[in-house]
Amino acid sequence: MFRSLQIEPEKCTGCLQCEMACSYIETGKYNPAKSRIKIFTFHEEGRFVPYTCTQCSEAWCLHACPVEAIVINETTGAKEVIDDVCVGCKVCTIACPFGTINYNQEAGTVHKCDLCQGDPECVKACPTDALTYVDADAGGLERMRAHAAQNLPQDSAQA
Amino acid sequence: MSWTKKVLRVNLTEGSISEEPLNMEWAMDYLGQRGLATKYLVEETDPKSDALSPENKMIMTTGPLTGTIASTAGRYSVVTKSPLTGAIACSNSGGYIGNEMKNAGWDMIIFEGKAPNPVYLYIENDKAELLPADDLWGKTVWETDELLHTKHQEPQLRVAAIGRSAEKGCLFAAIVNDLHRAAGRSGVGTVMASKNLKAVAIRGTLGVGNIENPKEFLQATQDGKKVLAENAVTGEGLPEHGTQVLMNVINEVGALPTRNHREVQFEGAGKISAEAMREVREGDGRANLTTNAACFGCTIACQRVSTVDKTHFTVKDKPEYQGSSGGLEFENAWSLGTDCGVDDLDAITFANYLCNEDGMDPISLGATIAAAMELFEEGYITVENTDGVELKFGSAEALVWATEVTAKGEGFGKELGLGSKRLCEKYGRPEFSMTVKGQEFPAYDPRGIQGIGLAYATSNRGACHLRGYTVASEIMGIPEKTDPLETEGKAGLVKAFQDATAVVDSVGICVFSTFAWSMEDIAPQIDAACEGDWSVDRCLEVGERIWTMERDYNLAAGLTAMDDTLPKRLIKDIAAKSGPAEGRVNDLSKMLPEYYEVRGWTPDGVPTEETRQRLGL
Repeated sequence: MFRSLQIEPEKCTGCLQCEMACSYIETGKYNPAKSRIKIFTFHEEGRFVPYTCTQCSEAWCLHACPVEAIVINETTGAKEVIDDVCVGCKVCTIACPFGTINYNQEAGTVHKCDLCQGDPECVKACPTDALTYVDADAGGLERMRAHAAQNLPQDSAQA
Repeated sequence: MSWTKKVLRVNLTEGSISEEPLNMEWAMDYLGQRGLATKYLVEETDPKSDALSPENKMIMTTGPLTGTIASTAGRYSVVTKSPLTGAIACSNSGGYIGNEMKNAGWDMIIFEGKAPNPVYLYIENDKAELLPADDLWGKTVWETDELLHTKHQEPQLRVAAIGRSAEKGCLFAAIVNDLHRAAGRSGVGTVMASKNLKAVAIRGTLGVGNIENPKEFLQATQDGKKVLAENAVTGEGLPEHGTQVLMNVINEVGALPTRNHREVQFEGAGKISAEAMREVREGDGRANLTTNAACFGCTIACQRVSTVDKTHFTVKDKPEYQGSSGGLEFENAWSLGTDCGVDDLDAITFANYLCNEDGMDPISLGATIAAAMELFEEGYITVENTDGVELKFGSAEALVWATEVTAKGEGFGKELGLGSKRLCEKYGRPEFSMTVKGQEFPAYDPRGIQGIGLAYATSNRGACHLRGYTVASEIMGIPEKTDPLETEGKAGLVKAFQDATAVVDSVGICVFSTFAWSMEDIAPQIDAACEGDWSVDRCLEVGERIWTMERDYNLAAGLTAMDDTLPKRLIKDIAAKSGPAEGRVNDLSKMLPEYYEVRGWTPDGVPTEETRQRLGL
């Protein structure tokens, strides 16, 4: 059973702990600029929105790669970049509709979220549960529960 | 390690920029940020120099933990001599720019001299250059931020800038970063303006490494985050209500200075409290509070993001102010609200926006307007001074008008920009000024909370709650409860808070973490990150060293024990009129001699040779 990264922007405070954790596991430094998950601030609306690779089933990046440097991790379902194979042609960055696979100048290869072998650092670092790692088939479960609770009779809703 | 060990020196007079190694010998004794930058200032400048002259220097500085994964570790400080007080100034800010500076590879930026024409400093990692700012001069902080983002085409650029108030000589001008976080107090923005420096814009992508013991550091910071999450204040109160959680609490204990400290309880407190910010308004069917938010790396997230009612008189014809922006903290809600007798939540929120937009310290601004309102009501200021505005306590319209003219430095706003001390002296009633060393009081009344009176009187940067927040003990029972109306033991309490806070301000973390963290939680994080052994005792000794160094700076600048006092109103003239402290004044004279003694200072407030030697000064 695969799990997937679930993002709930309404819980995000913009603290960037996830960006630090991601960059640390990738580079050994705390460097938000190198994070594969990004938090976007919408100042006028007072919103913070985390964004990263959603691990498409039919991944554009994987299909676009001319050297088969992007493979599926059979344990996690993540689409991973094999650094030694990647030639840095960036075709995948053009193919990805979401912009979540990006070129890294220093490495000369592309980088994307690989779900940290099934134990995502960003999820562990998030203090507000805006990022969780859940059953891939049941990403909406908590929202269903919240709506279900609204339909309970008044007295039992407290329970 | 954990420092980048690099200092950027910017000579504005010559337009030259150089790089030099951080003095690590000093870092071992003063850590970073507040402590280390003050050491540099002490060594490199004459404390007697005019704060607004080219001889004064302005230092932007991070701490060793800034930019690391430790919770709240996004802080930076501005250290310089204050034009408001003539004493040491150290103003601390969150947001994101502290991390950006560290990620660009700099522990410290030292500004010297004065640029012949307006400039801004642009930093992209190792590359730093002074660029012309003629087109930015005269612009607000918000306009400057937008123009720099457009010019450099870098969405991740972080900007710290001054607004029009600083350019016009307002003595309590702030340096605002990330649109609504500020190095707010003591007029550090005024110093920046005096150097013709409009902004500092930074993009850093190098990463923060150099952690001495990375595994231990991850564990220590994890432990720290757990403590914050499980604490009632940092885990629930602050994220839920922000610092505004205090409005009703401090009112109930009779320590909420009202109408320029004439009273200690405000009948309108409930209307401008954290709870009120969550109530749905009649006008637009929304609440004032939009969401909470965090500074860089902070797992507490106490920031408020607010929206003013579109139908409110302050914004109804101004769509540019109808979106979300930085909301009210307790201090701003108190100074612009309670101290001015104003209970219009959206008007206060709007006035606070203007403070961010044009870079003013809202504590000093609100307290100065409150003094002006008293001068007006007592007839020392008339409508002839105020362009016909009835500057009365309780008037939201007057509050907004006074804020606008001070932001622009126009008309009577020029006089308000001088601060409460100079304003009240000018109109012949110096006793109306609620200041210590020329800096305005924050939101806690020394009649109802005795220890904070001593903390204000002895604060090295003038009246301030953030140099020694004894309110934590006297009201909230952190780390243990003391009686707010008692004076005994407060000297030691004040010293303990002052020393610990000096450490917190020198490592890159936020003082609000100390609602939950003691030095036992903080020292292991410093120890894992930095070379050397950083025990609790060593940290506290560093704190005491920093405090005493700041004291020596002030004495050399010409301040004396005579300046360690409170306005007569609080120690003699007006006793608390209501609440638990009814009938009380602040008994400073009972606490001050003991304070000098526990500090190892002479009865005249001068550190003894023995004390200096013990601290290696």
